[in-house]
Parts: sequence; structure tokens; C-alpha cells
Amino acid sequence: MKQIYTFIILVLVAGQLSAQMVAKSEAGPFLLRNATIHTITSGDFTGDLYIKDDKIVQLGVNLRPEGKYTTIDCSGKHIYPGMIDAGTQLGLSEIESISVTNDFNEVGDLVPQMQALTAVNPNAVTIPVTRTNGITTALVAPKGGRFPGTAAVIDLHGYTPEQMDAGFKGVVMNFPSSGRRGRWDRRSDEDIKKDSEKALKKLDEIWADAVLYAKIDSAANSQKTQIAGYQPEMEALKSVVNKKTLLLVEVNKSSDILLAIDWIKKTGVKAVLTGVAEGYRVASKIAEAGLAVITGPVLDTPRREYDKYDAPYTNAAVMFKAGIKVAIRTDEAENVRNLPFNAGFAAAYGLGKEEALRAITIVPAEILGMEDRYGSIEPGKVANLLICNGDPLETKTIIDHLFIRGWKIPMENRHTLLYDEFLKRSPGLK
Amino acid sequence: MIKAINFIWIILLTLPFCVAQKGDVLIKGGTVLTITQGVKEQTDVLVLNGKIAGIGKNLQGPNGIKSIDATGLYVMPGIIDAHSHIAIDAVNEASHPVTAEVNVGEAIDPFDIAMYRALAGGVTISHAMHGSANAIGGQCQTIKHRYGNMDPETYKMEGAPRTIKFALGENPIRVHGEGQGIVPRTRMGVEQVFRSAFSEARVYRKSQNEFKSGLLAMAPAYNLRMETLADILDGKILIHCHSYRADEILMLMKVLKDFGVNKICFQHVNEGFKVAPELAAFGASASVFADWWAYKFEVYYSTAYNAAILTKNGVVTSINSDSDELIRHLYHEAAKTQKYGGLTDDEALKLITLNPAIQLGIDARVGSIDQGKDGDIAIFAGHPLSVYAIPQYTLVDGKVVFDRKNDPADMRLDVDPDEKFDFKFYERLAERDKCMQDVTETLFFGQQYHNALHGH
Repeated sequence: MKQIYTFIILVLVAGQLSAQMVAKSEAGPFLLRNATIHTITSGDFTGDLYIKDDKIVQLGVNLRPEGKYTTIDCSGKHIYPGMIDAGTQLGLSEIESISVTNDFNEVGDLVPQMQALTAVNPNAVTIPVTRTNGITTALVAPKGGRFPGTAAVIDLHGYTPEQMDAGFKGVVMNFPSSGRRGRWDRRSDEDIKKDSEKALKKLDEIWADAVLYAKIDSAANSQKTQIAGYQPEMEALKSVVNKKTLLLVEVNKSSDILLAIDWIKKTGVKAVLTGVAEGYRVASKIAEAGLAVITGPVLDTPRREYDKYDAPYTNAAVMFKAGIKVAIRTDEAENVRNLPFNAGFAAAYGLGKEEALRAITIVPAEILGMEDRYGSIEPGKVANLLICNGDPLETKTIIDHLFIRGWKIPMENRHTLLYDEFLKRSPGLK
Repeated sequence: MIKAINFIWIILLTLPFCVAQKGDVLIKGGTVLTITQGVKEQTDVLVLNGKIAGIGKNLQGPNGIKSIDATGLYVMPGIIDAHSHIAIDAVNEASHPVTAEVNVGEAIDPFDIAMYRALAGGVTISHAMHGSANAIGGQCQTIKHRYGNMDPETYKMEGAPRTIKFALGENPIRVHGEGQGIVPRTRMGVEQVFRSAFSEARVYRKSQNEFKSGLLAMAPAYNLRMETLADILDGKILIHCHSYRADEILMLMKVLKDFGVNKICFQHVNEGFKVAPELAAFGASASVFADWWAYKFEVYYSTAYNAAILTKNGVVTSINSDSDELIRHLYHEAAKTQKYGGLTDDEALKLITLNPAIQLGIDARVGSIDQGKDGDIAIFAGHPLSVYAIPQYTLVDGKVVFDRKNDPADMRLDVDPDEKFDFKFYERLAERDKCMQDVTETLFFGQQYHNALHGH
């Protein structure tokens, strides 16, 4: 009998070590007691937080909810809403250098019908690595050509893309660039100019087609018929033309940003600017246009050789002070876990801690139209929370517990499991 | 004639910049993170003629000495990056699996803005490395960021030991095996490249010695590649080896043991944590990323706890950048080891100061604030391990080379008034895996390979 137990334990241990899968999450309800609760939208207080199903149900002091629940003592700890990274390739890319594991860049310049949500791998090793740093929600976006696809927002827990879907869709557009693509871009100045002018013209043609398609479609609808012919790309742009779907306009160079502002005015689409590396050069124009910005990475080099070294660090602050609504993103896949540090650098270089924290919680929720469910600690909102021992933007802060949609998430990932196994390796040298 | 006079003027004007200068400075009242003797509150640091001359309270310098008020600031030794490719304009001589004869010291670029930006992150010394295309790459150069000098020679750290780049795994395999159809195409092949090169060099040096002692009538024909390899066998050159997987790390240690070589620092070494006891027993050191992973298959099974596991197993470990972006915030990268593995302030700071100095063989000169060491100093507002830390001043040899208050908004000496269309913007400037710079897929594998790899 004893041998059987030993065998079972061995199998369990071996299974854990070799598979490097993380443990299961726990279902609620949960009462988080005696924490400093940072609501983001209505100040801080010390008290309790009650989670039931996927929602924050109640906030207060000495809560006594009815029924059964698990109590977690949070004395001396802090509760913050889960962080939101509003620009990633998380789950769309497993290993950067191996193209068959990258699912964010489909063939073609005009493929807005490609759905990021379809290609999210819920079991990607990167997802537990990311969420254990406090990021509970991410915008996953296709990359590449002019209209590379439709982005989605996911919560970082679930076994199917549908379970993870947080209910946002937005079409990505890379605004034509008049900059160099990288150091290896050997085009002449004249060629770059020609290319960007050509690209702008082509964009206007695409848009004219999309507007025409939307018109014909609505005319056809009013006569209760359908458009003949399958045009998935135009179908995907239709809701952008009709101002129902947000257009995420990736643009970075200052002169391109100005052109993008004009283009957005001209077409009247509902848009947000993303990237915006040189927002600081044209901040007043962006503010005047009333456009919101999802900027980042903050941990980046200046895009011009002669720029002030700290331009990427101060960019968010300059834009915020000009009156722009600014969210911070990483634009990363496997390094999305560094979101709090991107916000931390922006905080240090002028944005301030409070606003930097808002830039990765409530502000992205507002920009994406999800502020009724995400981005702060309020009764009725989705229970995406982190419990930590200090300032969540500070490098050495440890996150003790994590909740995503009310599930208590194990604080494990490949990195922690390898640490556990190899810190004191056994056998050691012999 | 006027042109000639102008030319002479230019030479005269630039002459002062051609000699690296040493400075005197008194840094007053800072919190000094000495690295070797703990933290000293409200303490002065005196630098004379480029060297630290005193650490203590109420120090006095010579009359008129430049002084920096460091009250409320943190004073630490200049940060050292043991793996970088900034300030050089060639990285890979990717023409053969063994290119020990080349030296990146021949390719220093004094005008690389990345050097100034590294200084703005407190980094005073970097190890300018050859790339990782070849199993035995070129020799590297330890440089001091004496930014503003025109003469490349002034950047070379005088007296720094010679170092050389080795590389294991995917990069040499891709470039030579897959790219050129020659050995190595596997990790088996990589081992044999080392064994064969070392064996040849051993015969070369033996013949030289036998000629010297009269046993041979003729010396072997002079061969710089063989000279360099033989110097490695004689322990005159420190090896810095690009490596990732545990098995290949063990392989190289075995090869080195067989050839009697014991000075090695493994670079990147993402799976070093798996063989930390073996690394410690060999006396090998490790220079790692704080948290980079999953950018290629051989770093898929990585952990951000690597530096902590290595440190706790007694391996001398440093955190490096290999990037003109990461080099800007190595202090933040070091702090990550407190989140991932709970290293103390002292342990974390050593990863970017004393430990890389040991790995480059320059720890007698730099890496801590100690009397007699070089006046390479970084001064921070906020503790350097805090995400909110902001470097204020960086000094090399007692000269202020970065001063946040006097940092220009535009680094151009002249702005072209005729510039009508602006082409200076880059959509992406920060680069990863700089180790493969100069080696593009199309150049080495041909368009067909590129198409196959990218499916179009």
C-alpha cells in the first residue's frame, strides 16, 4: 500500500516538473479582508472587497456577505485593479524567430477581416508569465500591412479564445509612414517621399471603396437584399465607415501624425492614435483634434539620432499635460510583463505615479469603451485584481495574489517553476 | 590657400579633443553606494587626476576644484556592460567559422550617439563585442565612454585584458551550416570547430617554441589567426562565449578543460541556471539578460530567475544589455533580480558594477567606489534600483560626460536650414539580437532561403 502511495506521489511530482504547466485556478466567492484598496476612480481606503462569480460585488469595512466564501487576509497589502496593456501581440506569437509560431501578420496589405481573437493561443506559455506581473487584460493586435486585421481584448485566463474575449473589437490601420523602416532601410530620400505619397493616395482609394461599399450595403439592406459578391475586407471596414467600430491608427512620426489627424477629420471615423512616438512634437494638435492616444513602448530609444535621449520616457507626460487622454502599452509579445515598468519610467519622467497607474488601468478601458466593466475597483465591475506588497509600478514589488474574472489565479509560470526546480538542483554536482 | 588655412585651423581646433582628459571633482554629501564597503550616508567623494582620492566626510579639494552637490542623491560606481555592440561600426566578420584574427578595436565609432545615451543611463564602460555568427569570432574591445573625443584610440581602456568572442548554438549553425553548407550545422559540429582550431594552434605554438629552442630549423609561417588562438591556450585572452543551452555550455567547459584553458565568461547563458553547480565548479562566470526570453527557440525554456539562481550558486554573474536600448537602463534591469529571486541591494548592484569588472579583468581599476580606482561615477536622483530613479550626472575619469541639467534638446551641431523633407525618423531604431548585426538572411542564405523561412 505504502509503495502505491509513493508511486502516486512520484507520478504527480514528475508530472508537475516535466510538464511545466501551472496549477488550476480556484473559484470564488472570495472575501479579501483588511487591505488598502486603491480604487483608481474614487480614492483609496482600508477595508474589504467581496468577489462573487466574475464580479466585484461589494466594497466596505467589516463586510459579512451571506453564504459560503473563502476569506483571504490582506492585512498590510494593497489591492489594485488588474493592469491593461492596450497594445500587444500576446498569445499571437510564441517564439519570435520561428515564423510558424507567429500569427499576427497575414499575407496582404488589406486584410482587416483577419481576427486576432481566432489566433490567440489560450495555452501560450507567455500568458501565465505575463499575468503574474499583474497584467490581467490585453489588447491583442495584428501587425504588418495597411489594414492587418481586427484586434481584440482578452482577459489572461481561459481555455478558449471565447472564454478570454473581453468584448472589444477594433480595426488596425498602419498609417502610411514617411520615415525609414529601420537602419537597414536603404531607400533614397526621394524614394521614401514617393513611396509615402503613393501610399497615402492608395489609402484614399481603399477608403473611397469602403465608403461606397457601406453605402451600397445600407441601400441593399433597406431593400432587404444582399450585396452580390464576397468582399470580406470591405465587410470588415464597413462598421468603421459607419462609426460603429474603433479604428486603431498606428502612427509615429510627427508629420505623419498631422496627416493622420487630417485624414481622421476628413473621413469622420471613430479613431484612436497608437504608437505616437513623436506625440511630444505635435501634442497641441492632437489635443485640439480631441484624439486619445495609446503610446509605447516607453522603454525605447529615440527615433531620431539627434533627439533628446529621454524623449521616449517624457513623451507620455508631454502629451498628458497638453490635455490628451494617454494610455501606455508595451507593443510586445513575450515581454508584456514589463508594462508596469514602462508606466514607472513615464511616471518618473513627468507623468507622476497616479497618472501612470491610470494610463494602464482606467484610461485604456475608457479609450476602448470598456470603462463600465474594466479599469477600476467598483461594485459591478469585472473582478480583475492584484494584491501586492507595495507600489505596483516599483520594480521589486511582489504580487501575492491575482484574480481574473473572479478566479484566483495561481502565481506560477514557466519562469517560477524553473526557479523552484533549479535553485537548489538535486542532484547537484554528483 | 584659404582652404589649406581652414584645414589647419580645423586640425588645431580638434587637437584638444584627441587627448582623453582626466578630471578633478569633489562630489559632496551624497549617499555613496560603494559596492565593496556598504552604503555611506552624507559622504563626499574626491576625484583627483581621474582617480578616486578620498571617500569621507568634509573632504577638501584643491582650490577651485569643480564640485557637485550630491545632497539627497545616490552616488555609485559607473555601470559596466559586459556585452554590448555600441560605438563600433562593424560587428560580424561572418566569412568563416573561425575569425580569431579580427578585432573590433579596429572599428570604433566615436560618433555613435548610443554611447551618449548609455552615459545618460549611468554606463561608463562597455565591452564592445564581435558578433555571434562564428564559433570563434573576433577579438573584442573594452571601451570607456569618453564621449566627445574624436580619436577612436582614446576610447580603448588602457590596460584592459584582451578578450575574444565565441559563439555556440543557433547563430553559427544558421550562418555556416544552413547558410553555407559547411561545418557547423549542428551542436556536434560546433564542438569540433573548437577542437580542431585549438589542436592546430597547439601545434603552431609548439613549432614556434621548438624553433626558439633550436629543435626546428624553421619557424612556422606567421599566421595571426593561429597567434590569437595560441594566446587563448596560453591564457592571455579572456573568452566571452555567446551561449544559451545547458548542454552546449557543458560541452565548451569540457573542451576548455581538455586544452587547459580556464578563463571564460558565458554570455547570455539563458540556461546557465540549469548547470549553475557545474559553472561554479569550473570557475566560469555568467553574463545574462535580466528577463529576455522566447525570441528564439534556444531561449524558450528560460527564466527571469536566472541571475538569482546563478548568484545563489556562487557563480560570478552580471546583467548585460546586448542592445542600445537596454544599455540605457541597466540599473532597472539589475533591480529585476530583486523581484525575480529576491537579491539584496548589494547583490543586485554588483551585477552591473563589480561583477562585470571581474569578468572583463578590470576590477582592480573600476567597479566600486574605492580609493585609487578610476573616477567613473554615476549619480542618481532616487535609489538606482527604483523604477523612478533618474541619472543626473555621469563621470568618466573624473570628467562630467553627462549632466541632465545641461543635456541638449537637439544633439545636432548644425541644423540644415535647407532641409525641406524630413527623412531622419526611424520607425524602429532599437534593435534586438545585435549579435547578428551585419548578417542578414538574404545576404547569407539567399532569397530562396528567405522565402522558405517566411513562407512567401
